Amino acid sequence: MGIKMQTSSLSFYYGEKQALANVSLKFREQEITALIGPSGCGKSTFLRTLNRMNDTIPHTRLEGEVLLDNQNIYAPDADVVAVRKKVGMVFQQPNPFPKSVFNNVAFGPRMSGNNQGVSLDEVVEGSLRAAALWDEVKDSLHKSGLVLSGGQQQRLCIARVLAIEPEVILMDEPCSALDPIATLKIEELMQELKKKYTIIIVTHNMQQAARVSQWTGFFLMGELVEYGITRDIFTNPQNKKTEGYITGRFG
Amino acid sequence: MPREGFERQLQQLQNKVLFMGSMVEKAITRSIESMKSRNLEAARQLIADDLEINQIRYEIEDDAIQLIATQQPMAADLRTIIAVLNIITDLERMGDHAEGIAKITLMLGDEPPLKPFIDIPRMADRTKHMLRRSLSAFITRDTTLARQICTEDDEVDNLHEQVYRELLVFMLQDVKTISRATYLIWASHNLERMADRVTNICERVVFMVEGKVEEMNVSKY
Repeated sequence: MGIKMQTSSLSFYYGEKQALANVSLKFREQEITALIGPSGCGKSTFLRTLNRMNDTIPHTRLEGEVLLDNQNIYAPDADVVAVRKKVGMVFQQPNPFPKSVFNNVAFGPRMSGNNQGVSLDEVVEGSLRAAALWDEVKDSLHKSGLVLSGGQQQRLCIARVLAIEPEVILMDEPCSALDPIATLKIEELMQELKKKYTIIIVTHNMQQAARVSQWTGFFLMGELVEYGITRDIFTNPQNKKTEGYITGRFG
Repeated sequence: MPREGFERQLQQLQNKVLFMGSMVEKAITRSIESMKSRNLEAARQLIADDLEINQIRYEIEDDAIQLIATQQPMAADLRTIIAVLNIITDLERMGDHAEGIAKITLMLGDEPPLKPFIDIPRMADRTKHMLRRSLSAFITRDTTLARQICTEDDEVDNLHEQVYRELLVFMLQDVKTISRATYLIWASHNLERMADRVTNICERVVFMVEGKVEEMNVSKY
């Protein structure tokens, strides 16, 4: 598979504090890359640089490049809205809008007004089906999204992302607030989604990284320590620090 | 953040493998001694005692499964446990080969010896020496030693061939020796297979340390 996104010599600063140092990483199309590392290692900061979510945080600075289809998303003429449309994001806590299930999913397409001749009903149904939620909510589309269970809310958020037809999906610990069954559902869903999308997931759960991803990057203190095929990282890491972290000896 | 409980359990697991190895080494010694002295009672006891080797193998396997299920071992820890699971299979089979020699002793009964009993005990000594050092390589993560031991398997193979040729001559010269000579060839074959099993253990040591599976006992055939 080709390279969908890549960073080159990416550094990031919160004020004077450097959070990322010279991270160069490639994300392959239609594959899942997991980013692991202890708290504060910079993996979530790194994830947020991939769709310019850090732009909203004051006193931050970025060096290096983030390429999406070989275009630098930080180029002066880059369209931030277009970038965020192509690179969708799912967060740790399910955060549906206080609206109906239908309107949660329809929100993005309505805002962008870009349905290309497809009715909103079809977009909502297609997105909910793709997020493996349709069968559970098809009879309550007009009830509030907030009455769904945590796992359903997270899948609703995924449907909301899918409705704007992204190419890359960023997931920041998407299962950390979910029970094991809901977690498995999201993991199975990810395997379906990767047939169409490039997925990058930050997770604290190493078993999850080992289960769902094809590629894994290990971050420590703002640096990318090791990156490789997931099964190699978890069975035979080359770096002592990676070994120490994944075997639970530190971190 | 050290994982003291897990570290301790992983160490205990490896210690049990060492203990099992010493049981197998003793079984090899006893099998040869009982054959040499035609002590049928000792041979019978050895056959009965093989159950203990099987027993500890299942105990270690159970401990390993517990560790995998409860500790989610990764990387070197995972490879250690997988190596242990493979090594105990080889050790258990070596115990079976020793038991096989004891059974041959029973079949030989009180028939007079064909010739002085030298090469077969020598094969047993070489094999035990290889076994002891393979487990030392396992504990110390010494891949150089593990690779060295594999090259020594040829010596046991050569001794086996020598025993085979000599016994063939006996059989050609006197058909009355065929049954005894055949039994001894079986005994020699049991030892030859034990040494092969030691090379498997060495391969697992290399896998455990370096993370790659490597065929190190390449047959000359």
